[in-house]
Amino acid sequence: MGSLVLLLIPIIAAIAIIVGSPARLTAVISAAASLVIGLYMAFTHTCDCWNFTASMLPALGIHLTLGVDGMSTIMVLLSVIVLFAAVFTGKSPEGHEKLYYSSSLFIAGGAIGAFLSQDVFFFYAFHELALIPTFLMIGMLGRGDRKAIAWRVTIFLAVGSMILLAGLLWLVSATGGSFAFSDIAANAASIAPATQKGIAALLIVGFGTLISLFPFHSWAAPAYASAPAPTAMLHAGVLKKFGLYGLLRVAVPFLPEGMAAWTDILVILLLGNILWVGYVTVNQKRLDLMLGNSSVMHMGYIFLAIAAISAVPGNDIAVPAAVVLMFAHGISIAMLFGLADTIERKTGTLEISELGGLAKKAPALAFLFGLAAMASIGLPGLANFSGEVMVFLAGFRDYVPAEGFGIVQIGTILALWGVVISAVYMLRAFRKTFQGPLVPATEDATEAHFCVRIPAIVLAVALIAVGLCPNLLLNLLK
Amino acid sequence: MPAYFLEIFTLTFGILLLMYEAFVDPKSKSNIAVACLIGLVAAYVMIFFCMSPDPGSDQASWSFWTRFYTIEGNALFYKGLILITAASVILLTIDYKKILSRFTDTPDTEDNTGEFYPLILIATTGMMWMVSAKDLVSVFVALELTTITFYILVAYMRRNVGSLEAGVKYLILGALSTGILVYGIAWVYGIAGTTSIAGIGEFLSTQDTPSYGLLFGLALLLLSIGFKVGAAPMQLWIPDVYQGAPTPTTAFLSVASKASGFAIAVIILTPFLENDVTHGAASMMLTVMACLTLIIGNLSAINQSNFKRLLAYSSIAHAGFITIALAAWNGTATEGSPTSSSVIGFYLATYMIMTMAAFFLLAAVRKTEGHEELSAFNGLSKRAPVLTICTTVLLAAMAGLPLTAGFWGKLFVVKMAVDAAQAGNPAMWWVIGIVFIAVGAGFYYYFKLIAAMYWNKPASDKPLEASHITKAYLITAAVVTLILGIYPAPLMWLLQ
Repeated sequence: MGSLVLLLIPIIAAIAIIVGSPARLTAVISAAASLVIGLYMAFTHTCDCWNFTASMLPALGIHLTLGVDGMSTIMVLLSVIVLFAAVFTGKSPEGHEKLYYSSSLFIAGGAIGAFLSQDVFFFYAFHELALIPTFLMIGMLGRGDRKAIAWRVTIFLAVGSMILLAGLLWLVSATGGSFAFSDIAANAASIAPATQKGIAALLIVGFGTLISLFPFHSWAAPAYASAPAPTAMLHAGVLKKFGLYGLLRVAVPFLPEGMAAWTDILVILLLGNILWVGYVTVNQKRLDLMLGNSSVMHMGYIFLAIAAISAVPGNDIAVPAAVVLMFAHGISIAMLFGLADTIERKTGTLEISELGGLAKKAPALAFLFGLAAMASIGLPGLANFSGEVMVFLAGFRDYVPAEGFGIVQIGTILALWGVVISAVYMLRAFRKTFQGPLVPATEDATEAHFCVRIPAIVLAVALIAVGLCPNLLLNLLK
Repeated sequence: MPAYFLEIFTLTFGILLLMYEAFVDPKSKSNIAVACLIGLVAAYVMIFFCMSPDPGSDQASWSFWTRFYTIEGNALFYKGLILITAASVILLTIDYKKILSRFTDTPDTEDNTGEFYPLILIATTGMMWMVSAKDLVSVFVALELTTITFYILVAYMRRNVGSLEAGVKYLILGALSTGILVYGIAWVYGIAGTTSIAGIGEFLSTQDTPSYGLLFGLALLLLSIGFKVGAAPMQLWIPDVYQGAPTPTTAFLSVASKASGFAIAVIILTPFLENDVTHGAASMMLTVMACLTLIIGNLSAINQSNFKRLLAYSSIAHAGFITIALAAWNGTATEGSPTSSSVIGFYLATYMIMTMAAFFLLAAVRKTEGHEELSAFNGLSKRAPVLTICTTVLLAAMAGLPLTAGFWGKLFVVKMAVDAAQAGNPAMWWVIGIVFIAVGAGFYYYFKLIAAMYWNKPASDKPLEASHITKAYLITAAVVTLILGIYPAPLMWLLQ
């Protein structure tokens, strides 16, 4: 029952906002309630009270089954933390409050539902709850060429989801027709290798489009850059992790041979994310586009963990590495997008060349942004570091020197270069925005209001806590 | 009560009303609409008391039961669906009569609009009979009763050039399709020696190799059914006729006519698809039809700027999805895979809910703005916020977004295609590939309307002239779409 409550809180709050309850108040209260329940869940996730089942379509064996394990607890925790920050951060333009706040709740509610589902159908279906809110938010309230970008996101995500659906249905069909994860797990061993390869291809392309795997990534950076802050935070921070979570939950355990067959290609594609998109990021002139591209780039590291476990199925570091990095990246990118929105509000621009010296006017803002930027680069002591180190270790797990480097090891070595690239663009952007002399845009800028700092502080606490003590998350996975 | 009382009742009621119409005061023609509604509700209630005769009784040996009429399978479900659609169409007509009366011989009076309602009853009878057919002859007779009534309904606004043009196009192509149907029946009869569907099944079970004459006859039958449901290559009439016909007729054509067409398709194709000898050829023809229909319907819809035309192409696209369920035939329900017949019934029922509601909105916009272009919907979220949210839900359902009723139909057909591909029908992979394109295009053209309603500035500030019927219908449809989207089991029970 508990998980049903957690799932329904944001959705009911969103409907209440549409019907007419005060938008910001309802959103903040429901997000805070979700955060409290999510934290409680982290301590009690083994309790039976989080399980829930209701039969929805017996003829097809589809049940709304909710339940949690360590990995889904971490993902739910990420969702509720980012949801809280997202509804707290943004300030809605006049006249659009209903859409502005309800869309965040719908997106987060969908993500929570997907992470809690123990049934392929609802796992897939809840994720799609985000599609229309995203379309409307970017199309109505976005920056830049918002209409074209909204179309691109929608079509990419719709087609990606359709490919994913075909893959999932094929998996269901090949394992005897039940949609429950538990039944699929029981029959997964009987899937023929050729079938596994086909299903894995559809899942990699389908999930990959949602995660912005190179070369299906071109929708992501413009979308995050254009989207209003809460949408960008939830999309880049939480929703994208749905795809990775799906690969770890469905593709990796059920299709070991299928994933192994695609490891080589996956490594090449993830290097496209890290190196190609990395260089693209270095070249960005706007802060929002830079953050959007950096988010696409960092997906490469998590794919590296997935590639490592595909190559060596018994790899016991890879899954924890991926999960910790997903959590860390979600928190840090949400924090960066939230603070970038504040910068735009204070200075009226996000062109890096028009900014400068902001630290003199807004030291707290500079400190928080710097913290998130350092986390994103992978500074020790912050959450991303533990994730990235574990990913690199996972790449060399069970490495036999006598056999020489395999594709995953070569990929890992090349991926290390990405850390340097991250440092280049993040530090450069930080220096140009916050340091140096004041420029016209920043002369009248003021310090971020305390209310704006609260969400950033919540996110910063999560980054530092997991950074100093990764066992907070790792213990959940045991 | 024998089941055929339903048709007798509806037909008699329609004819009596048609005669009564001549004597009614010209100012109060809409009383006839109310009478029609009462008749349809009564017929709907009668469904629950319908029975087939006991197998041993005298009545059971009556050739009407043994040769022409059955309520086995999903016939009663389809009858109910058609009756609900007809009732919705009458409600829509009441809403729309201001425009209907503008183009009759005596403009802007209710005179000359009275026949519209009883004609709907007569077409309903034809379709209800069609879904009960078990012989090609009764298929033909029922089909003609429906089609001829539709010729009148399409050209009803006789002072409107568009309506007349639509009437002529529908008449010519409809006559062609009837010719093809009769030709096909003749081929099948010539080879199988019977027009009974069960008889064809028995004949097929004695064959070792498929007879090319019979397959040619089947191809002709498929073409003619394709005309009825709007599947390629017989979809050409749809956009023009849908656009020109009065909106209630369009709604009736696109929902009830399609539903009865697919019901007939299931009836006629069952013996061919159940038989190992002809299964491959029949399935291949249907696969080609499905692929063509999906591509033509979805890609042509992309650049439509008229909402009624867009709905026409969308109806072609949906016909493509439903045809997949026929091509990937599954005759017996097993754990986890419902039969093709129930999948088609399910898809059509959800399609009816979404499409009828869209036509209600279209009629309201037409009344306010005077035209049906997409630009008439600009900024509707400011002018009618509740209806816009309902429409958003319905359009999402048409595009096939999960957690709406429209998703299940697509899920079922894709699952059937995957199952068939798994079972060794490689052509189905092509179908799945085309579904990707179709769904991507579908998202674009349905979301185009969502974009117009939310993103664009309103064309005018006056509120939308939506009657209470329209509001109630749209809200109900949106709520039902969402409930069925999460909990579709009740609808599935009706089909098993």
